Amino acid sequence: MVTTAARDDSFNYRLWRYDGAPGELIPLLQSAQDHFGYIPRRAIGYISGVTGIPESEVYGVITFYSQFRLQPMGKYVIKACDGTACHVQNSRMIIDTLEDELGIEVNGTTEDGLFTLSTVACIGCCSLAPVLMINEETHGRLTPQSVRKLLREYRRREEAARAQQGAASCGDRA
Amino acid sequence: MKKVIVGMSTCGLSAGSQKTYDKLGELSAGSPGSFELKSAGCIGMCYREPLVEVRDGESRIVYGGVTPEIAEKIFNEHIREGRILEEQVALRMEPGQELGGAEAPHQKNQVRIVLRNCGLIDPESLAEYEGTGGYKALRKALLEMKPDEIIKVVKDSGLRGRGGAGFPTGLKWSFAASQKSDVKYVVCNADEGDPGAFMDRSVLEGDPHSVIEGMVVCGKAIGAHMGYIYCRAEYPMAIRRLTIALDAAREKGYLGTNILGSGFDFDIKIKQGAGAFVCGEETALFQSIEGKRGMPRIRPPFPAEKGLWQKPTNNNNVETYANVPWILASGAAAYAAYGTEKSRGTKVFALAGKVKNGGLAEVPMGMPINDLVFKIGGGIKEDRRFKAVQMGGPSGGCIPASLGHTPVDFESIPATGAIMGSGGMVVMDDQTCMVEMARFFLNFTQDESCGKCTFCRVGTLRMLEILTRITQGEGQPEDIDKLKTLGAQIKDSSLCGLGQTAPNPVLTTLKYFPDEYEAHIKDKRCPAASCTALVDFCIDPEKCTGCTVCAKNCPVDAIKGERKKVHVIDTSICAKCGKCVTVCTFGAVYKK
Repeated sequence: MVTTAARDDSFNYRLWRYDGAPGELIPLLQSAQDHFGYIPRRAIGYISGVTGIPESEVYGVITFYSQFRLQPMGKYVIKACDGTACHVQNSRMIIDTLEDELGIEVNGTTEDGLFTLSTVACIGCCSLAPVLMINEETHGRLTPQSVRKLLREYRRREEAARAQQGAASCGDRA
Repeated sequence: MKKVIVGMSTCGLSAGSQKTYDKLGELSAGSPGSFELKSAGCIGMCYREPLVEVRDGESRIVYGGVTPEIAEKIFNEHIREGRILEEQVALRMEPGQELGGAEAPHQKNQVRIVLRNCGLIDPESLAEYEGTGGYKALRKALLEMKPDEIIKVVKDSGLRGRGGAGFPTGLKWSFAASQKSDVKYVVCNADEGDPGAFMDRSVLEGDPHSVIEGMVVCGKAIGAHMGYIYCRAEYPMAIRRLTIALDAAREKGYLGTNILGSGFDFDIKIKQGAGAFVCGEETALFQSIEGKRGMPRIRPPFPAEKGLWQKPTNNNNVETYANVPWILASGAAAYAAYGTEKSRGTKVFALAGKVKNGGLAEVPMGMPINDLVFKIGGGIKEDRRFKAVQMGGPSGGCIPASLGHTPVDFESIPATGAIMGSGGMVVMDDQTCMVEMARFFLNFTQDESCGKCTFCRVGTLRMLEILTRITQGEGQPEDIDKLKTLGAQIKDSSLCGLGQTAPNPVLTTLKYFPDEYEAHIKDKRCPAASCTALVDFCIDPEKCTGCTVCAKNCPVDAIKGERKKVHVIDTSICAKCGKCVTVCTFGAVYKK
């Protein structure tokens, strides 16, 4: 894909700023994930090369932390909170609804690459439980109905953006 | 000119405060000069978000539940014509008058030291922090005090670590100060991973400078020149506001070289966590800052001797540091005047769960649990029966309502088998199943165990298996003894706090709610009607409108009924998948 190549460049640029300071492995992995949406195989090799940390060790760090992913993620990452307060307020039902509406299970990604569903231990919005995050946006006081509505809203917005993009590229060609 | 301040913390935003803010922005642009629009952090009344304050000189009116429509009303009536919308007022603070408004009864028992600025100032403005006396304590510490004098004040205040363990802060600082080393570190633990706790998030989002100031003071006291804030990645807004605050402090000369002309150098870096609960344990946290797998190591040597990068390190949590500037500015005696003999000062609690007024509350140490739940929390949702509070997150325990008179302090809470923890307080009612609750926590610690110690890695899994089968109605009579034995063994054989406390939720529920375990195991019944395998799904004829959505969605065709007539679930066919509950728009499907 064209976009990936373009992203590769900026990713390398970020790495050049690595000044050899100790303890930079996790921030490097975080910036790799920011750029690719996940940590691709070649990024591990690259990071290992510039830091001198063996690939096996880099891999060990990646798999230790739940934030890092070795598979591509959807455009929207849904983090459904299953912390204590949300759990007491029946977050299980919210997660069931998400699975049902998206047709995937927790840690899965929809076929169109739009949504990845994951759970998180606590977002810290306990008094608005149950809550979820879509990328960096938090939504609280959820009900199964409001979850379905929310997802449909995202889908609609996405379709509208695509339609607009399609129209724009047609315009370009003309 | 009137100021209008919108609460824009994560809690406010998720309740829709952005729309309210945008609406007010429109109104302000439409009539320039009518008011000044500002944003602030969380004032603690999360249950009334979105909150909007109208400030006119000393008079401050806080409105709750402000939708864009209500914002427009406030603009038309209050801002333009000076008529207060009484029915919408949450808090009313006017000079010379008692606290008023609907929320006054819940707010007046609070003492705000840590939360002194939260929700009142714009967290992105250094000038506003300075306006409330901010960085005066730093000036005093750097220009007028010697390190041992600072430590003495902190010791005399009686401040104990607010991360949960309650170790005396002044004593901890003195250990790090006594180490001879040219490199030392100050670390702030902002890896608030306890599900059900959000005190630190609110402080970081609402008043980041107070934490920064506390850390620089600590640096001076122990002789360190570098600080790290380890903040969990799930708090993007806290990280954003901290970054802004650090830049502003650096520019103004509160960080960097030769701070305030004192010759003292100090700087702070943010390290983002990557999603591992065990990194809240200090030695694991250091490993993570160093870029490694966050696995705890043996203590001693303690961090004061060999911490981050094997250098003397002082590690405290967010709330502890946020207390420090206040203590230095107001004096140790003023702080020690609050609380109990051994637990001085105040503590911030995060009230959540089945409580009416979920949010933050800062109260003097020693307040009874009942007061927190009823006086401040406003009681139980839907006025159901208060059953228990869960304190201390997955490491803590459940305290039953019968022990509601227990004062919250570092001595009384551990005596019940729970722990103080960082301040998360999840309230439970008669619909919460205690066995399921224990299973939930163990599932969490099991998942988060780093795997270093066998008992924590394997023992918690065995306990989880037992609890899971109990909640599925397959429990065996000997399971209770097995849980107790395993629990004791895991506590004895784990290296760090995670394993040592992981069995607590199970052991405390076994201690206080043995009959619930018995009901699951012997009668195959869930008294709280929560464990799906042990309940039946039913439709409330009062609420059912006969819309047929549940019947259409039932995968096993267990729901019968005609259009516009009450539907019924055939329990002999029902697979208990719960789909009907999630599709019913009228909330008619319930568990029995």
